[in-house]
Amino acid sequence: MSGFFSPFITKPVSVSQIMLHVLLALIPGIALYVWFFGPAILVSLTLASITALGVEALMLKIQNKQIAPTLKDNTALLTAWLLALSIPPLAPWWLVVVGTAFAISISKHLYGGLGNNPFNPAMIGYAVLIISFPVHMTHWLTPHGLGDVSLSFLEQLNYIFQGVLPDGIKLDAITMATPLDTLKTQLHLNGHVQEILDMPIYGRLAGQGSEWVAAGFLLGGVYLIAQRIISWHIPLAYLGTLFAVAGLFHLIDPAHYVTPVFHLFSGAAMLGAFFILTDPVTSPTTPRGRLIFAASAALLTYLIRAFGGFPDGMAFATLLMNICVPLIDAYTQPKVFGKKKGQS
Amino acid sequence: MTYQEFKNILYNGVWKQNTGVVQLLGMCPILAVSSSVVNGVSLGLATSVVMALSGAAIAPIRTVVPNEARIPVFILIIAVLVTVIQYLMNAYMYSLYVVLGIFIPLIVTNCIVLARIEAFAAKNPPLQSAVDGLAMGLGLTAVLAVLGAIREIIGHGTLLSGIDMALGESAKSLVITVVPNYHGFLLAILPPGAFIALGMLIATKNWLNLRAERKLKGINATAAQVDGGCSPASHA
Repeated sequence: MSGFFSPFITKPVSVSQIMLHVLLALIPGIALYVWFFGPAILVSLTLASITALGVEALMLKIQNKQIAPTLKDNTALLTAWLLALSIPPLAPWWLVVVGTAFAISISKHLYGGLGNNPFNPAMIGYAVLIISFPVHMTHWLTPHGLGDVSLSFLEQLNYIFQGVLPDGIKLDAITMATPLDTLKTQLHLNGHVQEILDMPIYGRLAGQGSEWVAAGFLLGGVYLIAQRIISWHIPLAYLGTLFAVAGLFHLIDPAHYVTPVFHLFSGAAMLGAFFILTDPVTSPTTPRGRLIFAASAALLTYLIRAFGGFPDGMAFATLLMNICVPLIDAYTQPKVFGKKKGQS
Repeated sequence: MTYQEFKNILYNGVWKQNTGVVQLLGMCPILAVSSSVVNGVSLGLATSVVMALSGAAIAPIRTVVPNEARIPVFILIIAVLVTVIQYLMNAYMYSLYVVLGIFIPLIVTNCIVLARIEAFAAKNPPLQSAVDGLAMGLGLTAVLAVLGAIREIIGHGTLLSGIDMALGESAKSLVITVVPNYHGFLLAILPPGAFIALGMLIATKNWLNLRAERKLKGINATAAQVDGGCSPASHA
């Protein structure tokens, strides 16, 4: 320990400031997203933000609560951004609006508003969209340099709002399955991991473009830990467990299980570890609880990715572990000093 | 049976003690078959008939059946009636019979049927028991119809789809397309949609009750000025 002694005078940090830091920390990932996949993601981010603020204001008004203080706390914005980042950027505008509206109204306000929602609203929004509109949720953009054609920003806007593509361009030409999705399909076709990973969409580590976006989220996450906005427990336990489990399977059978590094840099692993699982409302309060929570979420993510029906398991793992949080909290309460074990 | 008594039983069954949104009995079929109006209403009506008949059949023997053996006796009678309904549907509405599947025989185990027998038919005369069973059944049917309509419109953008299964091929023209060129919203059709929609219905019912209560209080307060707004709010 250093030579400082309590008591300290601390400046109270507001929810609004914390959320602002989290939003800022997302910027490097978003910037890399724009660099590799074009500016369409900015459209869905804007759409989701406007919807989130509008629905939040509406829900508060219905409940006769004060609107301005809650709108300013930035939590609705964060939900909107996390959801927009989980949806394909070329998704039609109504998909973003429906998902965000559902996340804010049903999974946040019907449970009692900020601080009372048991589930991460952004992940509920994502789960609703992926089970309701599975086809629209697979139209991921091809990164620059891979596809034969790419749309201009205006053409992308035209597609998002009107559903019209320029003449002669098919949707398949500008979209593709995610690296995780392709891996799953190819493995089902009895492909060999090594051969599959030689496909151009896999880039250096885990996916052309998407691996850099993941690295951007990692950078933002490290910033959050350095700023003490989040503790290291959840990200480390999540990424560590995912690495360990994936590593174990890879060691046993490298022909059918990809490397642990691939798992860390693909899908929503980085975004989830630093920005989704760490949501203070839906994660445990004790350090030990956080380790258990994140490690279990990583295990579930891996099981869904490797053996489940969906290519990525981050969202479902988060939701499944969210519901365990009260239980984890109850069993990991530290012993109060001076009391015997079992006394309360 | 006086007219007032009849009205009370009906009001009780359809609104005040509604099986779907107040007593919350028989949730399994409510959630499972309410994916469309036709499915919901068909099962609701089948349940209503069983409840009315079983009320009428059990009330006359209520003094004869020994208390210790009453449950098996009641269940046997209900099962006989359900079997009759099941065969009738099999014969005359085969496609609907296939769609509703296991939920027709499961009416026997629907807690609402036995609950009304125990709570009402075992203590009241046959006519009242039959009306009570029918009223409770109609209350359930109403909930299933509203729930089915919400889920069908949001999920498929149609209303009354599959009505030809109940009324024959000629009824196909009755299907209403509410939203043309609809993408479909699968969540409403899947079980979570049933839970969410039922939750909304319960909330609406509670809100209506609360509003009616406030109105009543307001009238009482202006008329008598004795309450002073201190009476505890009762939850329906």
